[in-house]
Amino acid sequence: MSVLAQQLLLGLLIGGLYGLAAAGLSLVFGVMRVLNVAHGELIMLGGYGAFWLAALFGVDPFASLVLVIPGSLLLGALLYWGLFGFVVRAHEETRIKNSLLIGFGLALALHALAVRLWTADERSIPTSYGGAVLSVGELSIPLVRLATLTLALVLIGALQLLLSRWRWGKAIRATAEDWQAALLTGIDIRRAYLLAFALGTALAGAAGTLVTVAYSVSPSIGLEWTLKALIVVVLAGLGSMLGTFVGGLVLGLAEAASAATFGGPYREIVGLVIFVVVLAVRPRGLFGR
Amino acid sequence: MTAGGHERRWAIVILAALALLALLPLTAPRDDVLNFVFLILLAITLAESWNIVAGYAGQVNLGHAAFFGLGALVTRMLWTEGAPVLLAMAAGAGTATLFALVIGVAAFRLRGAYFAIGTLALGEILRTTVGNVLPEISTLPAATIASYRLTQRFYLALGLAAVSVLAVAALATSRLGLGMRAIREDEEAAESSGVGALSLKLTALALSTALAGLAGGLFAYYHISYYPSHPFGPHWTFDALLMTFIGGVGTLQGPVLGAILYIVLKEYLALRWVDIHLLIFGALFVGIVLLLPGGLVQAAERARGVLGGARRAA
Repeated sequence: MSVLAQQLLLGLLIGGLYGLAAAGLSLVFGVMRVLNVAHGELIMLGGYGAFWLAALFGVDPFASLVLVIPGSLLLGALLYWGLFGFVVRAHEETRIKNSLLIGFGLALALHALAVRLWTADERSIPTSYGGAVLSVGELSIPLVRLATLTLALVLIGALQLLLSRWRWGKAIRATAEDWQAALLTGIDIRRAYLLAFALGTALAGAAGTLVTVAYSVSPSIGLEWTLKALIVVVLAGLGSMLGTFVGGLVLGLAEAASAATFGGPYREIVGLVIFVVVLAVRPRGLFGR
Repeated sequence: MTAGGHERRWAIVILAALALLALLPLTAPRDDVLNFVFLILLAITLAESWNIVAGYAGQVNLGHAAFFGLGALVTRMLWTEGAPVLLAMAAGAGTATLFALVIGVAAFRLRGAYFAIGTLALGEILRTTVGNVLPEISTLPAATIASYRLTQRFYLALGLAAVSVLAVAALATSRLGLGMRAIREDEEAAESSGVGALSLKLTALALSTALAGLAGGLFAYYHISYYPSHPFGPHWTFDALLMTFIGGVGTLQGPVLGAILYIVLKEYLALRWVDIHLLIFGALFVGIVLLLPGGLVQAAERARGVLGGARRAA
């Protein structure tokens, strides 16, 4: 029993990061109708940012968020200007298709670049507090992972606040709701797109930092994280960042339960089942309101 | 659409070239030459199979490796258990198609990105799971290795490439293919003029994944040892996508040209810089999607148009 509880707990802890990873993807998809399948590679880059800040300058990995987030914002803006800004000119279906293709090419190039620059080795950041564990009854909670879950929730909360209070946050939400109406009310939707993409990339960078602290980073983690994020987005739908976070927790728990029931090698299968079941149960899909 | 005659001509050119290649083993070439041509033939099959769904029905399959991998997995299992290789390959193709239809029925009822997400998920999840469940390398038994004949594999690859080219040519010139292109261009307009979008998309998917499954079976028949999760690797999808787009998506000859160019450059670049070709091709691919969505075929047509214009003006 306590073994199962421990597994579920660990699933919950990684689920928070699934939620954070999915939040950025969901924001970009919801606002721009652009599906960036290089999202996981942006997470990977954020992870390497934290790794090198720690390795070269001894920056504490949690403190490195202060640098990784603005860096990722800038990277997101550059990617928008250089690539995805061209995609949003097309109408919706072409837009999704071209963004998928461009994201795929970008993922490929970033992965090859990361292998070239930093080798294919797996890296993690050793810290003095890395092994600390909080014991509650028979459960032992790794403190670093608990901290990443908490920070993920804080970041999601901050994003929610930004979207509901900030002038441009409201513009972003209006654009997501109905871009034509937003355009008519005088909102500069291109700027809303740019901000949404930059924010989505910043969330990816933050997620990458937390992944590297609690687990590890290597050039090939990208696709895996893209996939987790996509499954959470399918599961949680669009529109609510908190909902996306909860969706991440659900996927983490479901994977742990699947591993406990069918054995560790089968933990990933549950994601596929979620995808097919959600589409069967909610046939109107993500955009159904 | 005046494309029919055009595509028939290309089909004849490509099939004639493949027929010439059938003479290659008679010249007793070195094994590496035969292996190199084998890789190109496998690539042509893979690219044309991806092209059916993307180029004709307009759906982006980001998990093509899943179907290639399933074909390889089932073929290898049955063949090493003693089943005739063609039967094993047919079973592999059938399994791949079955999985494709489960994802397709769920995802195609909705528009947009669901199919891409579903196929991506299928590919990655199967790769991880197969890697977890079958972590040991799969090697042929010594007796099979002793009787291994490269020429057999070569002719099978040649036949499969010819079948995939014929399949795409037949599709391109048929009513079925016309309906698919109508969906690609405008699904609502196609539906309102009586084209059943769902069943056509599923037909395209079944054809495409059956060919991918056969290609996977060929892979399993060709390699002496490999990790069972290897044919599920995402690079098989990347390869299919890059070759098709570089050549020209939605044309018969594009994926063939793309496959030849891709394999030749990949092998050449790999001699000097391992994996650098992925960086180059990734960037090239993004450029093609943004600037030249018709690939090399479109570039050639434009060049011919400019030349023709110049000749008329002179």
